[in-house]
Amino acid sequence: MMDDLLAARSQMAMSLGFHIVFACVGMAMPLLMVIAEALHLRTGKAQYLELARRWSKGTAVLFAVGAVSGTVLSFELGLLWPTFMEYAGPIVGMPFSLEGFAFFLEAIFLGVYLYGWDRVSPRLHLAAGAGVAVCGVLSAVFVVTANAWMNTPAGFTTNAAGEVVDVRPFEAMMNPAAPTQVVHMVLAAFVAVGFAVAAIHAWVLLRGKADAAAAAFHRKALTIAMSVGAVTALLQPISGDLSAKMVAEYQPVKLAAMEGHFETERGAALRIGGWPDEETRETSWSIEVPYLLSVLAFADPHAEVVGLNAYPEEDWPPVAVTHIAFQIMVGCGMALMGVGLVWGVLTWRRRREADWSPPRWLLWAIVACGPLGFVAVEAGWTVTEVGRQPWVVHGIMRTEDAVTPMPGLQVPFLVFTVLYVFLSVIVVVLLKRFVFSSFELATGEEAPR
Amino acid sequence: MSPELVLAGIMWVALVGYALTGGADFGGGVWDLLAGRGARAERLRKLVEQAIAPIWEANHVWLILVIVLLFACFPSGFSAITTVLHIPLTAMLIGIVLRGCAFVFRHYGIQSDAASDRWSRTFAISSAVTPLFLGMSLGAVASGRFAFDPETGRPVTDFVSEWAAPFPLAVGGLVLALFSYLAAVYLILEARAQDDDELVDMLRTRALVSGVVVAGFAALGLVTAWQAPGPMFARLVDAPWSIGLQVVIGLTATAALAALWTRRYAAARGLVMAQVTLIVGGFGVGQFPWLIPESITFADAAAPDAVLWAVLGALGAGAVLLVPAFWWLYRVFKASPAAPAATRDGE
Repeated sequence: MMDDLLAARSQMAMSLGFHIVFACVGMAMPLLMVIAEALHLRTGKAQYLELARRWSKGTAVLFAVGAVSGTVLSFELGLLWPTFMEYAGPIVGMPFSLEGFAFFLEAIFLGVYLYGWDRVSPRLHLAAGAGVAVCGVLSAVFVVTANAWMNTPAGFTTNAAGEVVDVRPFEAMMNPAAPTQVVHMVLAAFVAVGFAVAAIHAWVLLRGKADAAAAAFHRKALTIAMSVGAVTALLQPISGDLSAKMVAEYQPVKLAAMEGHFETERGAALRIGGWPDEETRETSWSIEVPYLLSVLAFADPHAEVVGLNAYPEEDWPPVAVTHIAFQIMVGCGMALMGVGLVWGVLTWRRRREADWSPPRWLLWAIVACGPLGFVAVEAGWTVTEVGRQPWVVHGIMRTEDAVTPMPGLQVPFLVFTVLYVFLSVIVVVLLKRFVFSSFELATGEEAPR
Repeated sequence: MSPELVLAGIMWVALVGYALTGGADFGGGVWDLLAGRGARAERLRKLVEQAIAPIWEANHVWLILVIVLLFACFPSGFSAITTVLHIPLTAMLIGIVLRGCAFVFRHYGIQSDAASDRWSRTFAISSAVTPLFLGMSLGAVASGRFAFDPETGRPVTDFVSEWAAPFPLAVGGLVLALFSYLAAVYLILEARAQDDDELVDMLRTRALVSGVVVAGFAALGLVTAWQAPGPMFARLVDAPWSIGLQVVIGLTATAALAALWTRRYAAARGLVMAQVTLIVGGFGVGQFPWLIPESITFADAAAPDAVLWAVLGALGAGAVLLVPAFWWLYRVFKASPAAPAATRDGE
């Protein structure tokens, strides 16, 4: 039987893991739709308008679900972690308020965009779409600064008794981890959505049922989606590097867990793959690249990287989970970057050929990459959240001290898990019917102009 | 004017905003649930769906605003409420998720058949759950029965008795009836704009009935408040303005019913909105200066001034953008109502 703390952590993890998928869609799809609509206004080609319309239908479903799961999270912050919220609420309340506003604005613009096709002028409609895109990203920026604060708490002073005596909300929001975390998450959303959407259109092209007009439609879609996905996938490793350096400086125990690094040493090797064993304090079966960890973490091959052994075990995060999630995230990121690069080079070389379609092997690669962006997002959040344990606020409050005294938390965990599974099934069924079947343009039927 | 009072006021405004928008969403769901069978019922369901769709996501944000203001500006109050009222708040949340499922299912839905109708109905039950538990939570807070450990300051509770009591239950019923009433009145105007006289009459009957039910629950609320232990009832009747407020609410409610009866629908809508505003707003004013009566005042719970001013600044900056945007949204969609075929297929 799961204990209450684990039930609370599991419920929060599940709610966040569910919500992040829809949040990514809410951030990135508007950009794709706006690009398509802008291309329509510039080139006059009707297929671009059709593309924006069809993309917006799928987005609408996902946005509605995202709004619901976001509401759940704001409740769960209090229902599961009232002690944490009592402490942190005032300190990070302002970014949460700003996030609320950004989301409110986004919802309004989205209402106009989704339902106002025939009610506002084309330029105003495009502007509404741009509004959705900007507000979606802003909303993510604000909420991620609050999460970053949990890793690098700043902007407040405590007295000898440990009570908070002075709060500086803007300083709290601009905490050390905020810039790197924000950039990394925003890029991740565009990578994940870009590749996922590209994979859908690549799949339709591969199935070969589309006639010439339909194939042209899907090629346009693929180009837009892959442009967004490939560019951001190439930028992401830079962001990742900066993030890792930030973790090395402010949360060395987290970095040690991420890297499966037990012994403090100078000129530390990077461990690719491998299984960390907390009992034996060893990471086995990894590929070790000499000096690379010191180089990546501190830009100095002889820098000292602190190992887990330097900390008492009660301050260790779950090492295996953190390390393996990190390997999964980086692995996915590398694959996405590789496929993005290949696609980019090939497409650029053939850009003057009107009817060029990427070769079948590349389309298959894109299809295979479809889920990887989201896998990387989930893995990455696992790294940062599990890697922060046992702290809910690094160095200040432990997760076990933050949980509600309400007993029987296994019950809401079970109930919400069942509900979310239900919701997921509905979403998948609707998307299949809505998105896929409307994209399965059979010859002669609903062919776009 | 101290910042915590301004913020408390904004919180109540947000709660009223939620009642007038999100509340009507749940009310619409109740009518969807009770619509019955047949062509008329289907038109009613379609009307509910069309009325809500464009503004649906925006409605949630009022509730999120209340929560954020609570935890940012009145953290000890937030912590106490979410600890003691864990169960009704969780139930409310389940209702919100299910209502979301119902909306997504219906609006982007699969073609109507017996199976999907059953699922639809199951989800629609959720529309009754959230208003009920929202009312119970508000009633529980107003009851003034929270207890705290004098040493640790943490709530002492069995997680049940604060909300499973007569007064909170009556408030739950009141909120459910009120949201249904509000939705019916909104829908009358939507139906009239589509020249659907049959639906207008159907909704008028339902509105009148729910208006009377509201009065019933309001009376029940007063009776249970009188019976309830603690100084809540005394607080309600002692303050002179409080009696005045009850009278004004009663007059507004009567005027609203009269307007409905005489088919003055636009006036009825304004009056019912006023009635909702007075009831929900009156709650907050009624227990002032307490956030959690008899235990925690707004001043007690207030975060440091630096935080309060920062949040006020953020709200001000946000409102400058948000108010015109919201007004624009309503103008785009409510000034000229949608042609009936416009939403389901969207092409």
